[in-house]
Amino acid sequence: MAEIKIKNVAKNFASYQALNDINLTVSDQEFMVLLGASGCGKTTLLRIIAGLETATQGEVWINDRRVDHLPPKDRGIAMVFQNYAVFPHLTVFENIAFGLRMHKHPSAEITKRVHRTAELMHIEQLLKRYSGELSGGQRQRVAVARALAMEPDVILMDEPLSNLDALLRLEMRAELKGVLAESKTTAIYVTHDQVEAMSLADRISVMNQGRIVQASDPVDIYRNPAEKFVAGFIGNPPMNFLVADKQADGRWNVAGQSYDGPSCAENTLDFAIRPEDVVLAETGISAKVNVVEPLGVHLLVTCDVNGAQFRATLDSDANIGRGDTIALQPQLDRIRWFEPSNGMRQSLEKNDV
Amino acid sequence: MQARYLPYVLIAPVSVFLGLFFLYPFYLVAQTAFYDGAGWSLKNFQEVTSYWKFPISFKNTLWLAAVVVPIQLALALLMATMVNAMKKGRDLVLYIWTIPLGISDLAAGIIWLAIFEQSGFLNSMMHGLGFIDRPTALISYQNPTLIFVAIALAEIWRATAIMLVILVAGIGLIPREYYEAAQVFGAGRWKQFLRITLPLLRPSLSTALVLRVILAFEVFAVVQALGGTLFPVLMSETYAYQFELLNGSAAAAVALIILGISIASTIVILRVLRVPKGATI
Repeated sequence: MAEIKIKNVAKNFASYQALNDINLTVSDQEFMVLLGASGCGKTTLLRIIAGLETATQGEVWINDRRVDHLPPKDRGIAMVFQNYAVFPHLTVFENIAFGLRMHKHPSAEITKRVHRTAELMHIEQLLKRYSGELSGGQRQRVAVARALAMEPDVILMDEPLSNLDALLRLEMRAELKGVLAESKTTAIYVTHDQVEAMSLADRISVMNQGRIVQASDPVDIYRNPAEKFVAGFIGNPPMNFLVADKQADGRWNVAGQSYDGPSCAENTLDFAIRPEDVVLAETGISAKVNVVEPLGVHLLVTCDVNGAQFRATLDSDANIGRGDTIALQPQLDRIRWFEPSNGMRQSLEKNDV
Repeated sequence: MQARYLPYVLIAPVSVFLGLFFLYPFYLVAQTAFYDGAGWSLKNFQEVTSYWKFPISFKNTLWLAAVVVPIQLALALLMATMVNAMKKGRDLVLYIWTIPLGISDLAAGIIWLAIFEQSGFLNSMMHGLGFIDRPTALISYQNPTLIFVAIALAEIWRATAIMLVILVAGIGLIPREYYEAAQVFGAGRWKQFLRITLPLLRPSLSTALVLRVILAFEVFAVVQALGGTLFPVLMSETYAYQFELLNGSAAAAVALIILGISIASTIVILRVLRVPKGATI
C-alpha cells in the first residue's frame, strides 16, 4: 500500500510563489501524471514529494506517515531524473546496485535484483559498461532500472523521456507503462507533453501557475475541461472558443446560430467545441477558410469566424480550398460553456439564476 | 593558412619557450651530473649519496612530504567542501584562505620563526600566561621533533591553499543531480562524499596531489628559515653543493635525484587515482 496525500502544500522562492495550496491524493498503484507548461510548478511539487525541496507550508503523507521532515532516503521512494543522473564513475551494474548497497542489502540479494531489473529493462548485456559508453536511451533504461531495483513504494519521474528522440520516446513510453503496471508501484510522473500524459496516466493533474487546475482521468480531462485554460491546453489543436450572447434563458447566439446552453446570470459566455466535433453542413456556423492542411487521416482547416480563429478537422475527401466559406455544425452533446470572467466551466444542469 | 597547420602554429611559442628554458637547461644539468671530467660515469651520484648528510636529508625530505601532504589533502578537502556548501560569503572566505599563497615561502618561514624563536610570540605568550618560568629556545638541536613540527606547520599553513583552489574548482564541476540521485537512493552526507565527491574528483585530486608532492620534495626556504642546518633536506644539500662547496656536478646530481623521486611519485599518484577505462569523469 502506498497512498500519497498532499495537503495544502505551498512553496515560495523568495517573493515568487511557485506552488499555491496544492491538495492531491494519489491512490495505491495509481499512475499520476503532473502535466503543465514549464514554470507551472510541477517539478517543484515532485521534488517536494521526493524531499529534495522543502515546502514552505503544508504536509506530505506517504502510506499514512507524515514525511515532510524526513530525508529523501527514508521516504520509501525512488526517482528517475530528467538528465538520468547515471553515475559516470560506476558501471551499469554498480549504478543499479547503488541504492541497494546504501540500504545494506546482502550481496547475493543485490546481484539477484540487479540482474532481474536489468533483464526487465533489456540491458543485461550492458552491465559491465560505463554510462559514457551508453546511448541516451540505454542511459534512460539504467536510470529506470536503478529505481525499480529498489522495489520502492513510490516511483517519481521527472520528464524522464524528454531527452530522447521521438521514436525512442514512443517505444520507451509503451515499455514504461507495461513495466510500471507490472511492478504495482505508485507512480508520479512529471511531463509537459500532453500526448505522453494521456497515454501513460491513470489520472492527470493539469497544473498552471502553481496550482492544480484539474485532476481527473485523461478522457474526462479531454472531454470535460474544468477551466478554459485546460480546454486551450489539452488537445492538438486545442478547443475552439467563440463568443456566445444570451438570447433568452438557456438559449445562446453563437455566430448567428442559436444553441441550447446553461441558464445563468451572465450575458456572454464562451462557447467551446473541439475541432473534431464539428461537421460540414448545409447550414451552420459560417466560417471563412484561411488554411487547409491535408494530414492524411483528415483535413485540418483553419477558418475565421467573426474574427476569431476556428479550427476544424474534416474528412480528407472534403473539397475545400482557401477562401471558401463553409458552414460548420457542432455535435451538440460535445459543446462546452465557460464563464469569461474566471474561465470556469458552466455545467448545463447548474441553474444559478 | 590551412586549418591543419593551425594547432602546430598555436603550440609553437610555448614549445620554443619550454625548449629554451626547460629542456636545454635540463640537458645541461644532466650533462654536468653524469660527467666526471674524463667521461660519462655515475661518480657524482656515488659521491653525493655516500656523503653522511645524504641519508638524513633524504629521510627528512620524504618524511616531511609524507606528513605534510596527507594533512594538507585532508584539510583542503574539508575546506573545499565547506566553501562549496556555503551560500553567502563564499568568495570572501576563499580569498582569506588563499592569502598565504601570496606570501613568499621565505617570508612564511620567517613568520613562523617569529612565533617559535626564543623571544618569539609563543614563548612570550606562554610566559605571560605563566605556563613557563622563562622563555626557552624551542628550535634547537635538542628539539628535533619540534623543528620538524614547526616546519610542517609552516608548510601546511603556507601551501594548503593551492590544493584548496584546485579542489574547489573540481567540486564545483560535479553536477548537483548526482548528489540528488545519491540522496534519493539512500546516501547520507558522508556516503555522498565517499561515493560521489571523491571518485568524481579524481582528476582534480591527482592534479593537486602531483603539484603538491613535487613542491614538497623541493621544500627549501621554509626549512632554511626555521631549521637552518639543523634540518637538512635534499634541496638545501643542492644549494650547499652549488654555492658553498662550489661543486656544480654534485649539485646537479642531487637535483636529478629530486627529479627522479618527483617522477616516481607522480607515476604512483596517477596510477592510484586513474579513472577506469570507459568511465567518463
